[in-house]
Amino acid sequence: MAKITFVTTDNESIILEGASGSIMQLAVDNGVSGIDGDCGGVCSCATCHVHVAPEHVEKTGEASEIETDMLELNDHANEYSRLCCQIEITDALDGLVLQVAESE
Amino acid sequence: MSENLSNDRTCVVIGASHGGVNFAFSLRKAGWEGNIILFDKDPVLPYHRPPLSKGYLANKDAIEKNFLKSVESYEKENIVLKLGVTVTSINRSENSVILKDGSVQVYDKLILATGARPIIPSIKGIETISNLYSLRTAEDVENIRNALTISQHKSVVVIGGGYIGLEVAASLQKMGASVTVLEREQRILARVTAPEMSTFFKELHAKNGVDVQTDKNVISFNAKEGVNTIICSDGSSFEADIVIVGVGIHVNLELAKNAGLEIENGIRVDATAQTNDKDIYAIGDCTFHHNPHYDRFIRLESVQNAVDQAKVAAAAICGKPLVYDTLPWFWSDQYDIKLQMVGLSTGYNKVLIRNEESENPKFSIWYFKDDTLLAVDAVNNAKAYVLGTKFIKGNKKIDQSKLIDSTIDFKPANLLIE
Ligand SMILES: Cc1cc2nc3c(=O)[nH]c(=O)nc-3n(C[C@H](O)[C@H](O)[C@H](O)COP(=O)(O)OP(=O)(O)OC[C@H]3O[C@@H](n4cnc5c(N)ncnc54)[C@H](O)[C@@H]3O)c2cc1C
Ligand code: FES
Repeated sequence: MAKITFVTTDNESIILEGASGSIMQLAVDNGVSGIDGDCGGVCSCATCHVHVAPEHVEKTGEASEIETDMLELNDHANEYSRLCCQIEITDALDGLVLQVAESE
Repeated sequence: MSENLSNDRTCVVIGASHGGVNFAFSLRKAGWEGNIILFDKDPVLPYHRPPLSKGYLANKDAIEKNFLKSVESYEKENIVLKLGVTVTSINRSENSVILKDGSVQVYDKLILATGARPIIPSIKGIETISNLYSLRTAEDVENIRNALTISQHKSVVVIGGGYIGLEVAASLQKMGASVTVLEREQRILARVTAPEMSTFFKELHAKNGVDVQTDKNVISFNAKEGVNTIICSDGSSFEADIVIVGVGIHVNLELAKNAGLEIENGIRVDATAQTNDKDIYAIGDCTFHHNPHYDRFIRLESVQNAVDQAKVAAAAICGKPLVYDTLPWFWSDQYDIKLQMVGLSTGYNKVLIRNEESENPKFSIWYFKDDTLLAVDAVNNAKAYVLGTKFIKGNKKIDQSKLIDSTIDFKPANLLIE
């Protein structure tokens, strides 16, 4: 089990627990505002954009090439950006804090 | 509070898939406090359709992994799902819909998100084939998986070389089937891409052991002693345990048509997704709508369109100004190839190809009408896809010679003409 905190664009903190699947799925299942997951998690829509808290980047690892490319021209992207459909939940992610990015 | 948002009003949605479900959640978010009731004849909790022909089929995932929203999400937002329920007619003068069991549900606002269903062509002998499937629903996937498991030779013929047909072919090949695709046109994906892309995908399939045959017009079927034979107009014939038909869709128009709503190549809607009845909206695959960027009326079969029209309709019903103004986008996953498309290429008179230095295929096809960029198809190249999106949206003029020079860094500043 991993406890994951989502901070929405309205500064609401939502703490969720997940055991498996992607972070996008966890967020969508629990109605986290700003994470839509329109493509179902195949890196095609960029509606699952989050910023990983800088101190947690080690936990999640860095964005893959396709994630970075999808966010290349996104005004709200930065070095902590991830498409969270590409992050699988494991126990190692316990305590992770994610800021939901503004939508384009 | 405006009258639309009072809590004794009822919004009824017919069709609980990408369009209907996204609409329901958007409507709640936009401030609708009344009832929201979704009807769908499919008994399964609403799920993503694109994976049905891709990863979901091949990985033999459970449908739970593929739901659009969890059961709890609907409960939390007080969205009522009536699944396994068919709506048989709309009574506009009474503002009500009639269900298959005869019961009546009244509405203040009605949303048609009825989508489409696969075409089963009336080809001679088609009714004799027992293992004949199309692919639109979770049940279809279940049936195809089961048929493959028990089939003797694991031989499959896919009729139709469009995206769905090709994705199914790739997935079934992965699952151990020997697959032949029969396409009636001279090339696969003829309606939607440039010849270069058709060639690329034909070779991709060949490399992966799928036999793609073009100029194959199926004229009859013959099922004898458990062997299905598919016969083409050029005299060739193919045998298969399983036949999959992917030759396009019929829009589910009947409810709208019988209710006297305006129909063209789909249910005609305006920029707020409203039909010619002010209380009825239509969204998704079933609509015929105007695309402002291309200034053309179109019908689209894509998640993007279903989701965007859902948002527009929800905003309109809650009195918020929002009109439909988005670029179409789409994707297809086959083997380890990711194709991403943006824009509408119809009417192009020039195609440019940019190849990136890479071990794996990585390129993009740019469709122009003279100087105007219409659309981009990107293969394993998300950067080309996002650049294309930005350029098309902004009506940017591109230096075409720089575009095809992959030694020039793929950045707007390098490619745009000031
Ligand atoms: C195999 C497959 C792969 C695809 N791949 C992609 C892709 O990669 N990318 C992409 O963007 N799009 C893809 N699509 C297209 C995408 O799935 C559709 O555009 C999308 O589902 C449209 O959503 P919709 O809500 O408008 O209609 P639909 O998804 O067709 O849903 C309509 C719903 O209405 C219900 N319904 C209809 N009439 C009635 C009635 N009278 N009473 C009760 N219920 C009714 C139906 O049961 C259905 O559930 C794919 C589609 C398929 C089938
Ligand atoms: S869900 Fe579409 S990119 Fe993550």
